Amino acid sequence: MYDPPDLGELVTAVREFLEEQAMPQLEGRTAFHARVAANALAIVERQLSLGPAAEAAEQERLASLLGAEGSLEELTRELCRRIRSGELGRDDDELLAHLRRTTLDKLAVDQPRYSAYRRATLRED
Amino acid sequence: MSPAREDLQQQLARALTARIPGVRDVSKPRRLSGGASQETWSFDVETPHGLLPLILRRSPPGKQTTQLLGTSIALETEARLIELAGEAKLPVPRVRHVLVPEDELGEGFVMERLEGETLARRILRDAEFDAVRPKLARQCGRILAGIHAIPQERLPELPVQDARAQLDQYRGIYDYFDDPRPVFELAFRFVEDHLPGDGALTLVHGDFRNGNLMIDPAGVQGVLDWELAHRGDPMEDLGWICVNSWRFGEIDHPVGGFGSREELAAGYEAAGGAPVDLERVRFWEVVGTLKWGVICTMMLSAFRHGGDRSVERAAIGRRASETEIDLLELIAKEG
Repeated sequence: MYDPPDLGELVTAVREFLEEQAMPQLEGRTAFHARVAANALAIVERQLSLGPAAEAAEQERLASLLGAEGSLEELTRELCRRIRSGELGRDDDELLAHLRRTTLDKLAVDQPRYSAYRRATLRED
Repeated sequence: MSPAREDLQQQLARALTARIPGVRDVSKPRRLSGGASQETWSFDVETPHGLLPLILRRSPPGKQTTQLLGTSIALETEARLIELAGEAKLPVPRVRHVLVPEDELGEGFVMERLEGETLARRILRDAEFDAVRPKLARQCGRILAGIHAIPQERLPELPVQDARAQLDQYRGIYDYFDDPRPVFELAFRFVEDHLPGDGALTLVHGDFRNGNLMIDPAGVQGVLDWELAHRGDPMEDLGWICVNSWRFGEIDHPVGGFGSREELAAGYEAAGGAPVDLERVRFWEVVGTLKWGVICTMMLSAFRHGGDRSVERAAIGRRASETEIDLLELIAKEG
């Protein structure tokens, strides 16, 4: 058991330092890379809070779709194999629903401001 | 000034005095971009007619061009294509000198530096572009028709890359990195199942999109970065500029975030281009989106295994999911 602060709090502190204190003093390429660094830390923060539930749900959907047990990586590889072989394709609604959910869950972490993500989640509401 | 930069300034002065009449002075060059093997420098030369702004694109001596995709053409070939496009009255910078071994500058060429903006966010949002924005998609169509009309017999030797060749190439890259992605798998299947029939092969620019178009309030002033040019399906260029990644948030303006597919096609046909099959353009948009997604995962590997330890390289792997939602939107419903 590790003591507080938790990982999310530490990463938030570093991101806020970058954004509020370091970045105003930087310029040019270094300022740009600091912005990229702050965005990367924001991804870490979002994955720490959203990732565990999303991955558990993904694994559950995969097990049901494939009728198989295994780790998330094993099931993902099996899904890839079945798509490539043609066993599963675009005519399978459960497959499409799974891919859509998984992709939206990834974007909620990677880039929630992406235009197509915002459009897709707007439609879901 | 670093010794290397001073050398470069002197070497440029020596090379260009012989080529451009009346060159008096060469300013110190400023590095713009590029990786370890390919460099872009900006500088000015003073001539009797005033200051001439120039760009040097080169692979420095002794540095082998590392080919990111294994398909980049030689800089000399790139210069030749820009010259051909110029002769066809297309907006491109004028090539002033193709480097020769005596220049001791490596391989590459010197071209005039155009004024304008390449940053999509400015072009799509700044008020000074408001008036030209609605005209850009047609202009892009006209320019692409001109590129595709450059006579085959005048082209330098170029790789032939039709849809099948690109499918094989990108599936190969995807398999090599062994990063399982079900959406990419589905997209590869889609591309394989929808490969277009044979058509006429033309010169294809290969990277005609925001970022490589120099635009000012009067319109497109220059088509840059010809390094991915090849012979292929002309509709590839029309599909590539529609990829959502180049719309920079302007999702309802499929052509570069500024126009419609219909305007692009109208400009293309008005300039003498073959009738545009929008289905085929959409097929190439799928291919383009998939290619960009694979490239994102490939650039991550430059961080993991190569020399580029920047945060940008590391984080770009997390942009592949953007192409996955785009791919699902493109292929989930279509026949």
